[in-house]
Formats: sequence, structure tokens, C-alpha cells
Amino acid sequence: MTREELIEKTKVILAEEFEIEESDIVPDASLKDTLGLDSLDLVDVVVLVEQNFGITLKGPDFVGVATFADFYEMLWRKLNE
Amino acid sequence: MGNRVVITGMGIYSCIGKNKDEVCKSLYEGRSGIGIDPQRKLMGYRSALTGILEKPDLKGKLDRRQRLCLPEHGHYAYVATAEALEQAGIDAGFLAAHEVGILYGNDSSAEAVVTGADIIREKKNTVLVGSGNIFQSMNSTLTMNLSTIFNLRGINFTVSGACASGAHAIGLGYMLIKQGLQECVICGGAEEVNKYSMGNFDALSAFSTREDEPAKASRPFDKNRDGLVPSGGAATIILESYESALKRGAAILAEVIGYGFSSNGEHISVPNVDGPKRSLLMAVRDAGVDIGDISYVNAHATSTPVGDKNEARAIAEVFGKCRPLVTSTKSYTGHEMWMAGASEIVYSTLMMLNDFIAPNLNFEEPDEASAMLNIPRERVDKAFDMYMSNSFGFGGTNATLIIKKHKREDDKRRID
Repeated sequence: MTREELIEKTKVILAEEFEIEESDIVPDASLKDTLGLDSLDLVDVVVLVEQNFGITLKGPDFVGVATFADFYEMLWRKLNE
Repeated sequence: MGNRVVITGMGIYSCIGKNKDEVCKSLYEGRSGIGIDPQRKLMGYRSALTGILEKPDLKGKLDRRQRLCLPEHGHYAYVATAEALEQAGIDAGFLAAHEVGILYGNDSSAEAVVTGADIIREKKNTVLVGSGNIFQSMNSTLTMNLSTIFNLRGINFTVSGACASGAHAIGLGYMLIKQGLQECVICGGAEEVNKYSMGNFDALSAFSTREDEPAKASRPFDKNRDGLVPSGGAATIILESYESALKRGAAILAEVIGYGFSSNGEHISVPNVDGPKRSLLMAVRDAGVDIGDISYVNAHATSTPVGDKNEARAIAEVFGKCRPLVTSTKSYTGHEMWMAGASEIVYSTLMMLNDFIAPNLNFEEPDEASAMLNIPRERVDKAFDMYMSNSFGFGGTNATLIIKKHKREDDKRRID
């Protein structure tokens, strides 16, 4: 999977799960505010990532993740570990 | 004496209809809601018979978080409760300004428990069950979900009394309003019908195996009955003090006048005669009516050999020469378990408001005990003013409710 493919797929699954328009998901937007995430929803983000990319995220992985760009970067890094 | 307690709204989602109109039509026309779930055979069930329900699509009605926390029977409970509140004329503004409570009968939420445990076993990572699993799997799932969806501010808990759960929920709501502790309580019961929910009950060989004739499988009181048919859905009743209903100008459908209960104190699954009898008699005492005033009994009778026989004896002994009409609406729906005590109030009240008593389906030949009862094989088109509804459950828990038709002259007398 290329980095671009990872980003596209991430946008699709997040938009579907959190019922927002894909066009609202832009790199500099806040992940939390755009998706309307509370502490419960973060659990579902972990589930989505595991189901779609086979990556198991832990709490510390989210440190420093504020925007979608941060999120893609973290996923790309984990995917290539 | 305490406050009078009236019913101002009802909602139903069951295998014989997705709302009151559909359900009333099914009862009037004698339509069974029972069929076959092929998945149960693949899972090794002895019987694949079940009430057949379509899960409602709530996308657009509830947001993602609300849907994520709802188990299967929570979907039915939401639809039934929305219907009941609408009929009662209770909107979000009223709920925000008053302490409306909720007491709902439920005694399992198997699908979330089973699928959650499967994920944890396979993945060795609890996070992967997702955020909704805990809220779907707890026994109080229905009241925790409905209370947050409808922003309820009064009493809020689930009543687990096996197959009498729904009836006890209504009975407890009635007591709270009667005592003046609540003015309005949403009561009801719900039951899941997914493939995970009935396997351990199927294990007891309690289910009918008449799979070649699903509509004839549930045959309460019939001599050739061979077990119950599991079923589910949800039913909601809006209970309210008479004063509150009058103040709101709400249409009063009926009045709850008696609640009785007892415990058999014997076997965990085999019912007796004495426990139900005491429950029936307590309800009659609480209602303060003559036993002869009760024209119809909606029996618990699930179509099991021993249960029906012992209930028939209890009814015959309590009513003596009065011989009210007795039917089990489980002949249409199968046994709706945690929901049954509430749904059978909806079914019976619908019949009372529409002047008919649906026949006991599949009652072809009485046995020694049911021969003592007045069980109609054909629909009886007649007005009646009062009925009794019985619900009994594992562990020997029994509940009986007595409901009276509300008449306009009652209001006039009160106002004068």
C-alpha cells in the first residue's frame, strides 16, 4: 500500500463510520473536532484501524496527533514498522 | 388509596406487527408471526422455530453514538417507546420539564456478550470490542439507552424477573405513581431474537419442534402442545397519574387497578399452582373488584405441557364459577419472554378498546386442565371493561396485572 492509498482509504472509512462528508476531511483539520470524537470514539478509531490495516494502536500512539495529517503520518509509520 | 394510575400511550414492535395498527389487525384476523430461522439449525439448535422480526433501520432517527450503544432489542424498544410517547402527546419539552421515569423489563443481551467475548478470545485485545459493546451487553442496556436517548430525568432502572420482567416493570411503575413518588413512568419490556440469544434455552428441550407447521407450533392449552416458541420485540406503556393526564388533557386509554406478585419457592423451572394463585388473588385484592367483574384473562400460557396445565388450574380455582374468557396471545406471537408481560398489556388493551377478543389459535382439543376454562376458538366480538394479565418466569416469579377500560363518565364524575 502506498502512502496515498493509505490516506484515501483512511478518509473513506472515517467518513463512513463518523457519518461526515469526505470533503470535510482535509490534512490540516482537527481530527477530534472534525469527527466529533470523545473518549469513547477513540476506541472505535482503534477498531477501524485494526480491521482495515491490521495495525494495533495503543494510547501512546495518539500523543502528538492533532490533525488528519498527523494521523496519516502516525499510521504510515506504524504500517512500516 | 393513593393516586389512580392510567395508561396514556402504548407502543409495540413484535412479530405480528411493527405498530399498534398492524398488531391489532393481526389479532383481529388471527395471523401468526411465527416462522423458521435457518441459522439456528446451522448452530445445532433442536428447534429453529421463532417469532420473525425485521430489525428497524434507525439511521437518520438516532445518531451514530446512540445506535452504536443499542443492542438488537434496543432497536425494537426505541421504536415502541417513540410510538407510545407520541400517542401520549409527550414531547421533548415535557420530558425536559418533568421527572419522567423509566422501568423496563429485560433479562439478557446475549449477542453483545457472545460476540464481544469471541473478539477478546481471538484478538487478545479488549479494545477491539469497540466502544458500544459494554453498553449493549449489560442487563440494564434498555433503560440506560432509552433514558439517554429521550433525556429522562426520573426513576431509571431495569427490572429482571425472567419471563415476568415486563409485567413487574409495569407493576412497579404503577406502585411508584400510586404512592406519589412519580407522576409519569415509561414502562415496558423487550426481548432479543438473534441466533445467540436462545441456544441455552433450546438446550432444555422446552421449545416446540413442530417445524413443518410454524403457525401451528404455539398452541397454548391444546392437548397436543409440545413446547413454546421463542419470540421477541418490544412493548412500551406510558403510565401516568390520573391527575397528570387530566392536567395535560391527555386521552386516557385504560387504568391499571391491580398488581399482584408472588414467588413459588420451589423448582427453578417447573411452575406450580399455588404461586400463580397467590399472585392472581393479590391482584384482585389490590384492585378491590369482584372476581366476576373480570371478563377476560390473558394467560401466561406459553404452550409447555406443565406450565399451561398448572396455570389453567390456578385460573380455574381462583375464578370458580365465574369462567371469564381465557386466551394466550402467545398462540400468535410465541413466547416474548422479558417483553411478554408488557406486550400482552398492549395486545389485551387493544382488544379491549376495539371490542373483541382474539381466539386462542390452535386450541383444537382441551386437556383435563384446560377443559375447566372458557377458551374461545373463534374471535369473540364483544365489548369488555376489565381484564387480567398473567406473567410467570423461571425461579418461580409471578406477576399479575388488572386493567380497566377508562370511561369518559369517570372524568366527569371526578371534575364535578
